[in-house]
Amino acid sequence: MQVPAHFEYERATSVDHALALLAQWGPEARIVAGGHSLIPMMKLRIARPEALIDINELAELSYLRIDGDALSIGALTRHTQLLESELAAEHYPIFRDAERVIADPVVRNRGTIGGSLCQADPSEDLSAAFSAVDAIAVIRGQGGTRQVPVRDFHVGPYETVVEPGELLTEIRVPIKPGGGSAYEKVERRVGDWAVAAAGAAVWLSGGVVADVGIGLTAVGAEHFHAAQAEEFLRGKELSDANLAEAGQIAGQNCHPTADQRGPVDYKRHLAQELTVRALRRAAARAAGRAS
Amino acid sequence: MQITVNVNGQDYTREVSARLLLVHFLRDEIGLTGTHWGCDTSNCGVCTVWLDEVPVKSCTVLAVMADGHRVRTVEGLADGDQLDPVQQGFIQCHGLQCGFCTPGMMLTARALLNREPDPSEERIREAISGQICRCTGYENIVKAVRWAAEHEAAARTTEPRTTEEATV
Repeated sequence: MQVPAHFEYERATSVDHALALLAQWGPEARIVAGGHSLIPMMKLRIARPEALIDINELAELSYLRIDGDALSIGALTRHTQLLESELAAEHYPIFRDAERVIADPVVRNRGTIGGSLCQADPSEDLSAAFSAVDAIAVIRGQGGTRQVPVRDFHVGPYETVVEPGELLTEIRVPIKPGGGSAYEKVERRVGDWAVAAAGAAVWLSGGVVADVGIGLTAVGAEHFHAAQAEEFLRGKELSDANLAEAGQIAGQNCHPTADQRGPVDYKRHLAQELTVRALRRAAARAAGRAS
Repeated sequence: MQITVNVNGQDYTREVSARLLLVHFLRDEIGLTGTHWGCDTSNCGVCTVWLDEVPVKSCTVLAVMADGHRVRTVEGLADGDQLDPVQQGFIQCHGLQCGFCTPGMMLTARALLNREPDPSEERIREAISGQICRCTGYENIVKAVRWAAEHEAAARTTEPRTTEEATV
């Protein structure tokens, strides 16, 4: 039987209460929402917090809405809600693409968007998707709110910029007209972590890539971001040759490690090929929207 | 700590440790062993129950998280002696062999039909994709869910007539 070690349980009744509990318990406390990463880690003693602060009751953190020129996603939004959101799909189909291949429907009912980002698993899908669309993480502490680009959010594997006394409350995705986005993943079987995956967002202007964002996961890309490939493609003509070159740059500039999911050269090949496919589909969607 | 969980319409108050998982609360604390306990890693889905009408894997939910909430287990599917159409479908279509995955499968199927009364075979397969039948009896599980969908649709079309007859 796998059971977590002893811990104290606190149920937060508001964001302010959660922050007060974090202050009270200090760095040995962990926030728990869906718990689908943390509880298995606690069972295996990979994580052993002294206290869990449960934020599942904070309905104020569960929403998907347009705020000005951004799509705002509350941290407690469940994967299923993002998958099924027409609003999110209208502006950023990359999220529906990604959510369809994250875990399975029953896990998606419980797991949260904020939890996925804060877990900072190096193979996590939404981290690459949010990196591709250049989203902003909104973090609250008792001293106030700060905004951090998702591209700066992850410090390393299982580590983020969220301080012990802070709580990720929202992910904000800027909405810019004329764009398309897509996510491409290769997995060993349905619901598994990615062998490799790529997300892309493309903004077109008269056959030219006016702006582009590319995210990668499971291949050791720094901050889940293919910065060099983006830089190459920005301002270039949308051609097969340029997309192929962007893919090659993305493949060259990531750092996959060999594991049971595959050797390094295979993962690098996937990073390259999936980048091209995600870019192509994102561009087609952008073109479809423009016409 | 003391928690009160409403399971299948009845409140259960128990003193539990924070680390008690919901699946063990259901099985060991209140004796509802219809919820099965399998992989312990939220992969197999045999422990699936409803938490506030939403299917979740109860090996990865703390019992204390269910405090003040509603849980529905396989024991709460039937209405007295009247089996749920999903249960009838599993009987009619031989939707189970060893039966270990069956409670979780039926709860996911019931939740699916509540949201989508006429799901395609593909939608059913997607809905149960987080649950493993080690007898590999998926064909008949899908048929069982379709059986339930069709019988519920038939029941709905006859219902208004019954009401009219009743008013006449």
